[in-house]
Amino acid sequence: MASGDIAYETIIGLEVHAQLLTASKMFCGCSADYAAAPPNTHVCPVCMALPGALPVINRLAVEKTIRAGLALNCTIAGHTLFARKNYHYADLPKGYQISQYELPLCHSGWLDIEAEGAARRVGIARAHLEEDTGKLTHMGEAAGDTRLSAGRGAATLVDLNRAGIPLLEIVTEPDLRSPEEARAYLVKLQQILRYLGVSSGDMEKGAMRCEANVSIRPVGQTQFGTKVEVKNLNSFRSVKLALEYEVARQIAVLEAGGRVVQVTMGWDEEHGRTVVQRSKESADDYRYFPEPDLPPLEINPAWVAELRAALPELPDARAARFAAVYALDERDAALLAGERATADYFEATAAALGGTAPAARTAANWITGELFRLMKAAGVEIEQVQVGPAALADLLGRVERGEINANSGKRVLGQMFETGQPAGRIIDELGLAQVSDADALAAAVDAVLARYPDEVAKYRAGKESVLGWLMGQVMRETRGKGNPALVRALLAKALEG
Amino acid sequence: MALSLAEVEHIAELARLRLTEAEKAQFQEQLSAILEHAAVLQSIDVSAIPPTATVLPLHNVMRADEVRPGLSQAAVLSNAPDPYDGFFRVKTILEHE
Repeated sequence: MASGDIAYETIIGLEVHAQLLTASKMFCGCSADYAAAPPNTHVCPVCMALPGALPVINRLAVEKTIRAGLALNCTIAGHTLFARKNYHYADLPKGYQISQYELPLCHSGWLDIEAEGAARRVGIARAHLEEDTGKLTHMGEAAGDTRLSAGRGAATLVDLNRAGIPLLEIVTEPDLRSPEEARAYLVKLQQILRYLGVSSGDMEKGAMRCEANVSIRPVGQTQFGTKVEVKNLNSFRSVKLALEYEVARQIAVLEAGGRVVQVTMGWDEEHGRTVVQRSKESADDYRYFPEPDLPPLEINPAWVAELRAALPELPDARAARFAAVYALDERDAALLAGERATADYFEATAAALGGTAPAARTAANWITGELFRLMKAAGVEIEQVQVGPAALADLLGRVERGEINANSGKRVLGQMFETGQPAGRIIDELGLAQVSDADALAAAVDAVLARYPDEVAKYRAGKESVLGWLMGQVMRETRGKGNPALVRALLAKALEG
Repeated sequence: MALSLAEVEHIAELARLRLTEAEKAQFQEQLSAILEHAAVLQSIDVSAIPPTATVLPLHNVMRADEVRPGLSQAAVLSNAPDPYDGFFRVKTILEHE
């Protein structure tokens, strides 16, 4: 980042909250599947904070946090505690959030990322477990809004279904040096959480949320500049745009001789700008203290070892294997390995095609090309695709063997994608079986040569480019079904004769 | 270990309490006395004792990830002063206002 005479360095740290995929909440047995539930129907005395109700830790949430910590190269604490983070807000029925402060479950890890052609190792300061808050809907003061009580001004509706959903908080060191690196980190983190089945990582649905700390400093300065917190980053795109905006804003402040003030900003997606939410003059005072209702956890190293041994192959390792074993180019390997379901689909297709490197490359080409194109056009994920790996391999086998040509193959795949019918039936229905019968094709060649004597004469006089045109005419004569290699050979032979 | 008046006001703000001037003075004195008592404990040398967060002989109290029925919406809202359409309705307060 350069502006004027001084070059600036950008320093970014990210805080990510990811909802864990559990059936029940963090400290009670209420269902965690609240997305389609009417308000306040997944609530019990524990998560609505009735007096005397006691929380009990969900073991699976602890397990998933440890698995995420291991995948992020963290140290797993032997002794860990929950703590109360005290503040008053309508989304927090207890008046405190159960979180972790000292002694988090996971700490001191790292994640390797690549952005703008350069590799960077991003430190993970901590990954801890806490509970989500309730959901608030603020109502406008517009006249006629029936959700307002008469004369009471602005109102807020509170739904406690989300209160108590297990939440994994992952905090990086201030190691990111550009908005693009921040985006790359989030993409990678989301891939890993999904691979582990730890979180859906769905940012649109609020299952993964991001906050950033941003500062700038003149290149060469070791001391950090004043940091600004940016909230409300709800997509990869908004993370990048908000950080670019904020970095430019801070540079402009310094260039104008001002100083950056420590504040919390919110990203205003609609207007593409960051706006001040609150100043930090009265610093947060959460009065953390150990949660007296929850005895400490002593994490057994044998449990950690068991979870480590059961970790799946992660995206980077899988992409490297695809590149090494199947000789895929790095871009395709990364594309296929990015989502676990896609990687599984690719490997199953390649295996059904014989499992050799050439078979895998054929599968990779069709999946990253034609299948991804169809999925994008239909707006579906690989899990919803009606064409299973075996069905796709069946189609690709037919193309390889010359039963249909590649263009017909694409047409057939399109139909399979639409209808879920097997390749064989669609080929029959569309009459696409490639004609490899030499007699039938020779007749088509003869017919074309007889129809275009002028072009034949030109070719024989040395204008070789006419061959391609004649080839096209013969293919047309066979309605696209001719085996192209055979047609070319027959045509060459006939022209020489 | 005397608390300043500003500290008392800060603590009252965190607890969302509105105190009169007389109450502030009263609590300044009472809170200071509590802290003085804690200071007696602070004077004990505990450098050889590991920090502990609980005196209970318990650890690893966990439950399986199983869903259990909670309360009905009607029960949840039965003590709410101003429910609306299944929600608790409250006056809007902007965060950390």
